[in-house]
Amino acid sequence: MNEIALLVAATLAAGTPLALAGLGLLVNERAGVVNLGAEGMMAIAAVTGFAAAYLTGSDWLGFAAGAAAGAAAASIFGWLALWLYTNQYATGLALSLFGAGFSAFVGTGYVGKNLERTTISGIPGLRDLPLLGPALFRQHAMVYLSIALMAAIAWFFYRTRAGLVLRSVGEAPDSAHALGYPVRRIRMAAVLAGGALCGVSGAYLSIIYAPMWVEGMIAGRGWIALALTVFATWRPARVLLGAYLFGGVTMLQLHLQGMGVQVPLQFMSMLPYLSTVVVLVVISRDPLWIRLNMPASLGKTFHPGS
Amino acid sequence: MQGRSWIQNLTLAVVVAFGLAACAKSEPPKPAAPAPAPVAKAEPLKVGFIYVGPVGDAGWTYAHDLGRKAVEAKYGDKVKTSFVEKVAEGPDAERVIRDLVAQGNKVIFATSFGFGDSMEKVAKDHPEVYFEHATGFKTAPNLRNYEGRFYEDAYLAGVLAGAVTKSNIIGFVGSFPIPEVLRNINAFTLGARSVNPKVKTKVVWISAWFDPSKETEAAQSLINQGADVLLQNTDSTAVLQTAEKNGKFAFGWDSDMSAFAPKAHLASCALNWGPYYVKAVGDVLDKTWKVENTKWGVKEGLTEFVKVNDSVPPAAKAKLDEAKAFLVANPGAVYRGPIKDNTGKEVLAAGVVGDDKFKGEMNFYVEGVEGKVPAGK
Repeated sequence: MNEIALLVAATLAAGTPLALAGLGLLVNERAGVVNLGAEGMMAIAAVTGFAAAYLTGSDWLGFAAGAAAGAAAASIFGWLALWLYTNQYATGLALSLFGAGFSAFVGTGYVGKNLERTTISGIPGLRDLPLLGPALFRQHAMVYLSIALMAAIAWFFYRTRAGLVLRSVGEAPDSAHALGYPVRRIRMAAVLAGGALCGVSGAYLSIIYAPMWVEGMIAGRGWIALALTVFATWRPARVLLGAYLFGGVTMLQLHLQGMGVQVPLQFMSMLPYLSTVVVLVVISRDPLWIRLNMPASLGKTFHPGS
Repeated sequence: MQGRSWIQNLTLAVVVAFGLAACAKSEPPKPAAPAPAPVAKAEPLKVGFIYVGPVGDAGWTYAHDLGRKAVEAKYGDKVKTSFVEKVAEGPDAERVIRDLVAQGNKVIFATSFGFGDSMEKVAKDHPEVYFEHATGFKTAPNLRNYEGRFYEDAYLAGVLAGAVTKSNIIGFVGSFPIPEVLRNINAFTLGARSVNPKVKTKVVWISAWFDPSKETEAAQSLINQGADVLLQNTDSTAVLQTAEKNGKFAFGWDSDMSAFAPKAHLASCALNWGPYYVKAVGDVLDKTWKVENTKWGVKEGLTEFVKVNDSVPPAAKAKLDEAKAFLVANPGAVYRGPIKDNTGKEVLAAGVVGDDKFKGEMNFYVEGVEGKVPAGK
């Protein structure tokens, strides 16, 4: 029983970076922008966040620096894709490749550096509950913040006027433009929010999860987060569940190995993408399904006044 | 249309020709120039190193670079060393090695298994240069190999692990199921069971040499299943740091990693390449260089078990010293029969010491390791 509790705990920790990045990408995809640069933004944020945490000794300043770096990288993408009308997919890919190289370049001085770590205390009172304590209440604060963030984003999308405007920009930018909404600025705000959250995710990996900086440490998690938004059919709660599912699969595979059961690691690392393709096939077969779920203008360049 | 593509072809041909001419111009004179005076006294012997990782990795490459510095310290201005870091195994390596030769290096150390083919090719073209390949097996008149008996360190780690474990479960984070790594898992287990026959080893593979997040997850997963002492054959400090976070024990690998986990760090399985590099460069300086396959271990000081934690109880320390003395007296004798694999089959009869073939082709777990060796390499 205790092993299962610990497996749940490890799953929460492993799913959190995916959830943070996935929620960020969800925000900018709901506004109609696909940013394939997640992997690059996370890498840049991971090294920036690590450097800030290393130099100041504060994890939270590290997260702030990571968010700022992610948003800064996203602003390059936003400027190119929204104001210079470049193709979103190509621009995002370029950002991913750029981020991988740039982070390695600026991060050479931080390879092999050690962050002073304090043990994670969790939630006082609840952390000592039998089973539930070790399973749920001994995590880093960022784990709980990501759950709160999911709730906040869901509330924003479906309960606020601003959320409605953001979604309408993603569904019908021309109509939103005709109604007088500044489509490009709204999209830019969404892109920046997405970049900042990807940045927090990258910083979580380098400051809390690993905790160290090394080139290539994002190791495909940005791509998994991108797949996650599709897997979740663009719903906040499902992004969170999907993140725990993908995180849980990894941990379960390692756990089974420890028990002496062999599962091919390569198959497991393929699973998130495979399941995303399955979801895509399922929702794409039905025109109504796809209309209900996918932001209608996703990935399309918007020219105001055309 | 026709005309333009013809012009394009011509332009391309001219560009390529210029490119080739430029390459050809820069290459031949350089190796030719230093050849007449191979080891002239006035000119320092140039020694080049190629590394697979960054020198700041706190592990494998870092340890090699300390060895390079030992050469500089020993021979002073008689030598001039240089290195190229983060060289990918494969075609890139050959280009880098040729480049080092072109720069006048007379001794070249390649510090990863995957550089072997490239070394062999360049060695054939440059008989005047001495090539040294770490963990390799190919030889030529000017190419030889050197390696550590790394598993001796893993055995010593096992002795300590067996002495301090409370759960009698120890864990190993593996990279790829190749003989080199299996030797370490088995040596770790044999060491532990030599002092505590109740010990069981759990193994988790992560299919990477260097992926801190995966290493963290694997270590956490082993700890969750009751392992309280961990060893890894991966290159980052993540396993050690995960043990520290959980109040368990672990070891440094490849170099002294005590700074990363003051409480969890039982000791480090460090590699001290310095003495070998000093000897190899000395061979060239004294003109006594000959083709050999060097395998050094605890006795020669290539594998060093360093920074044993002060918290280790004296009884465990005594057992460690005993094991060390045994390895110094019997180099390579970690694999001495009777040894059974974990299905109960005898793989080494009583009194027989495993030879290079036995160690080189190892593909089983010894008794005490749980699970099966994953299929496929």
